[in-house]
Amino acid sequence: MSKNVVIIGNGIAGVTAARYIRKWSDFNITIISAETKHFFSRTALMYIYMGHMRYQDTKPYEDHFWEKNRIDLIHDRVTGIDAAGKSLSLEQGNAINYDVLIIATGSKSRFFGWPGQDLKGVQGLYGIPDLEAMETYTKDINRAVVVGGGLIGIEMVEMLHSRNIPVTFLVRETNYFEHLFPLEESQIINQEIRDHHVDLQLQTELKEALGDNDGRVRAIVSSKDEEIPCQFLGLTTGVAPNIGIVEASDVETNRGVLVDEFLQTNMPDVYAIGDCAEFREDGIGYRRIDQLWYTGRHQGKTVARTICGVQQRYNPPLFFNSAKFFSIEYQTYGTISAKPEEGIETLLWISDRKKELIRINYRKDNQQVVGFNLLGIRFRHALCEKWLLEKRTIDYVLTHLAEANFDPEFYKKYEPELVATYNRQNPDNPVQMAPKKGVLANIFG
Amino acid sequence: MQRYDVTFQLTSPTAKFTAMERVGMVILGLGLLTWVVALWGIGIDQPALMFWGGLAAIATSAFIYFQRYLNRPAGINNDGVWLNSAMAGVKGLVGWTLGIVFTGFYIILYWQDAWLANFVTIFEPLSQLLRNQPADKWFMYGTLYTLAVLIMGVRMLYKYRHNKYQILRTISVMFFQLGFAFLIPSLLVMFNQPEFYFSYFWPLKYDYLWPSSIDWLTGSGKLGVFMVFWGGLMFFLATPILTFFYGKRWYCSWVCGCGGLAETLGDPFRHLSDNSVKAWKYERYIIHGVVVFVVVTTALLWTNSATSGAVLGQASASFSKWYGFLIGLIFAGVVGTGFYPIFGNRVWCRFGCPMAATLGMLQKWFSRFRITTNGGQCISCGNCSTYCEMGIDVRWYAQRGQNIVRSSCVGCGVCAAVCPRGVLKLENGPREHRYNGPVLIHNDRVSVVLDDDWQAETKGMMPVHQEDIPVLTDSDWKGMG
Repeated sequence: MSKNVVIIGNGIAGVTAARYIRKWSDFNITIISAETKHFFSRTALMYIYMGHMRYQDTKPYEDHFWEKNRIDLIHDRVTGIDAAGKSLSLEQGNAINYDVLIIATGSKSRFFGWPGQDLKGVQGLYGIPDLEAMETYTKDINRAVVVGGGLIGIEMVEMLHSRNIPVTFLVRETNYFEHLFPLEESQIINQEIRDHHVDLQLQTELKEALGDNDGRVRAIVSSKDEEIPCQFLGLTTGVAPNIGIVEASDVETNRGVLVDEFLQTNMPDVYAIGDCAEFREDGIGYRRIDQLWYTGRHQGKTVARTICGVQQRYNPPLFFNSAKFFSIEYQTYGTISAKPEEGIETLLWISDRKKELIRINYRKDNQQVVGFNLLGIRFRHALCEKWLLEKRTIDYVLTHLAEANFDPEFYKKYEPELVATYNRQNPDNPVQMAPKKGVLANIFG
Repeated sequence: MQRYDVTFQLTSPTAKFTAMERVGMVILGLGLLTWVVALWGIGIDQPALMFWGGLAAIATSAFIYFQRYLNRPAGINNDGVWLNSAMAGVKGLVGWTLGIVFTGFYIILYWQDAWLANFVTIFEPLSQLLRNQPADKWFMYGTLYTLAVLIMGVRMLYKYRHNKYQILRTISVMFFQLGFAFLIPSLLVMFNQPEFYFSYFWPLKYDYLWPSSIDWLTGSGKLGVFMVFWGGLMFFLATPILTFFYGKRWYCSWVCGCGGLAETLGDPFRHLSDNSVKAWKYERYIIHGVVVFVVVTTALLWTNSATSGAVLGQASASFSKWYGFLIGLIFAGVVGTGFYPIFGNRVWCRFGCPMAATLGMLQKWFSRFRITTNGGQCISCGNCSTYCEMGIDVRWYAQRGQNIVRSSCVGCGVCAAVCPRGVLKLENGPREHRYNGPVLIHNDRVSVVLDDDWQAETKGMMPVHQEDIPVLTDSDWKGMG
C-alpha cells in the first residue's frame, strides 16, 4: 500500500520529514514550496548578501538528490487546503490529493503596526524575497536602521556592515539579547557590536517611519524623539507562524497550527511541524512554539516515524543552541536563565580581552550542573549533554573540563583559569583538573 | 503573489579605497612597470636597482593593502568574496584576466623563454649572491614563487590573526619554501653540490627515485649519497609514520611548496573548487591515474636500467619524457597554478599530485586523523563546503554528524575556521570509531528511544536507503542522508 504524502514547505522541518519518510517507507512523497524549488539553508541567507556564498552554495543537497530519492518537488503556491476532501489547490498547477499532509510553512516576519511600516525600503528578513528586496533597497544608501535586539536583527546589521553601510541598531532592552542572556554575555556582545562601528542605541524603540514623495523610507523617529535619516529600515522584531492558508481551512489554529504531542492537528492525517506548529499543551522540555533550526529538524524526524507506522511522541533533546554575533561564537547546553535563579550558583569566567566567556550553572544544594553558556569557545556537545543527563556535579565537570574543549588545535586553553576562579570562590573544596596526558601519551595513547 | 525565481543578481558593494590604498595602487603599478619594462631590456644595466626597486614597490603596496585586515576586528572575513570580480571565478572579468596572465606566464616560461631573457638578467645580482652562478629562468621562477609565498603568506597571517592553527601552518609553509625550497638549494649550488630539494620526495619529485637521478647523486660525493638516503627515508619511513599520526596535512599544508603556494597566493580562490559529486568522481580517476603513470614509469626505468636497456630501452625513455611533459609541466604548472582564479587553488593537489594520492590512501586507511563534528550543532549553512579548497562537501558529513575521513583532505583547517557554529575540529585520535556512521545527536533522540518494537514493526516496510553506512565507499553512496 503506497500512500501519497504531501508536505507544504521545503525548510528544514519539511525536508527532514521527507528524508526520513523515504528512509523508512516506500510512500510517494511530494514537497510543495512557493519560495524556491530546492531546499536551501535559511540560516545561511545572510551569507549570500554578504558575498560569502552564492545561493547554490546554501543548498545542502545537490539537485539530483531529489529525483534519486524519489521526492517530487513542486515549485508553486498552495492556495487552499480542503482537509475534508484531502486535497490542496495550487496557484498555477492542478489540485493535488493527499493521503497524509504535513504542514511545514515556517514563519513570517512580525511587525507591530508602526506608522510607515509599509513604506518601500522597510522590511524584515526571513526568506529569499526579503533578500531580493534588501538587495534592491540597500543600493547606494547612506544609512540603514535595524530595529529589534534578537538574532535576526544582529544578522541584518552584520549584512549591512559588510556592504559598508552605516547602521543604527535600535534595541528596546537595556542590553542586547537580555531576555535570553545574563548581563555579562549581553555586555560582551554590546561591545562587539560597537567594536564594529555600529551605532547601537539601547533602550530605544521605533516610533514611526517617515516616507518621501515616492513612498520610500527617508527617516525614522525613535522613542527618544530623535529623527534618524535612513534609506532602509530593517524590522526584526520577531517572527510569527506563517499560517495564512491554514486559517482558511478546517485545520484548527491559534497563533500557529495547533498540534498534539504527536504533531497531529485536529483533522485526520494532517500534521504540522517546525516554526508553524503550536502545541496545545505545554510539554516537557519544549515551548508551545519553538522556532529553531534544531527543533524543526527534530520534529521532522518525529513526524516521519509516526507517518511510517509507529506513533512517536515529540520528545525533544536536552536544550542546545548556537549563534554567532559578528566574530563571537555562542554555544549553549542545558538551562541558563537570563536572570539569577533561586538555588542556582554560577561559575563565571571572562577573558582579559572580554571576548571569551564560560558560564557553568549548578544547583547549590547538590552541586549538580544544569547548563553551560559559552562565548568565543567551543565545547563538545555530546560530552556536555552526557554530563547534564548524568547529573554530574560541578567538581566532576571541572575535573574533566579539558575533555570538553572543541577549539582548534594550538588555541589557548582557558580551563585552568576557570578552575582557578572556582577554587578562589570555594577554598574549602578545591578542584584539581585531571592530569593532562603527556606528549608521548598523546602520540601513543 | 507568485513563485519566486532565484535568479537575483547580487551587486558588488561599492569598493571604497582609502587614500592610503590609492597610494598603494600607484606604488604597485610602478613596481610592476619596473619589472615589465625589463622584458624589453630597459634598465637592465642596473639589475640590482631594477630587481630590488620593483620588489620593494610590490611588497610595500601589498602590505598597504593588507592593512585592511588589521583595520577591523580579528575574525573570519569573507565579505564580498563572491561579489569581487577577481574572486568570482568564471563570472569575474578580473579573475579571467589573472588566469590568463598566470597561464601565459607558464607557457612563456616553458616554451618561449627567449622572451624572458632580459627579465632574467635583473635576477643576476641575487643569483650571484646566493649561488655564485649566473641567473637562469628557473632561478627567476623559484625567486618569484618564493616571493609569492612570502608576501601572500603575510596576507594569510593578517587575515587569520585570530587563529593560531592558521598562523603556525602559514609560518611553516613560508619557512619551508624559503629555506628548503629556495635558500638551501641555492647554497648547494654555490658549494658545487647537487641542487637538491630536501622538502620534496618521490612521487611528487618524480625523478628522485629514477635511476638517472640516483646515479647522478651518488656520483657526486658523500652529500649526494646522503641525499639519496634522505629521499628514501622520507618516502618509505617518515611519510607513513607522520601520516599515521597527523594525516597528510603534515606535508600538504605544512611543508609542501605546491601546497604552500596554494595556501598563500591561492587563498583568495579557495571557494572556487567544485564540490559536486561529479567533480569528486573525476578527481578519483584522474589522480589515481597519475599514480599509476608515475609508478609504471619508475618501474620501467628501473627495469631498463637493470637490463642495461635490453628490454625496454626506448619505451621507458618515452614514458619518462611524457610524464615530465604532461604531469610535471602541464598539469602541475600551466593548469595547476595558472587556473587558480577559475578552478580554485588546489587543482594540481586535488586532481594531479601523486604524492597527495599516496598520502591520501594512507590517510584514509592508516591514520589517526579525522575531522570530527560537534553533536547536532550544524545548521547546514554551507560555509565549510564552500571554502574547502579540496572540493570536499564537508557539510554533507557535518549535517549528519559523521566524521570526515577523506583521502583528499589536506587538513588546512579552514572549514573549522569558517564554521559559524563551532561544528568542526581537526583531530588526531585513537582509530576506534574513526569511521563513525551518522550519529546526529538528538536528531537521534528518536533512535535512542527506538526500541525492538520499532524494529519489529518496520520489518514489513521496505527501507529504501540505508543511512547507516559505516565506511564511505567510493561510488554512489552519496545518495541519502
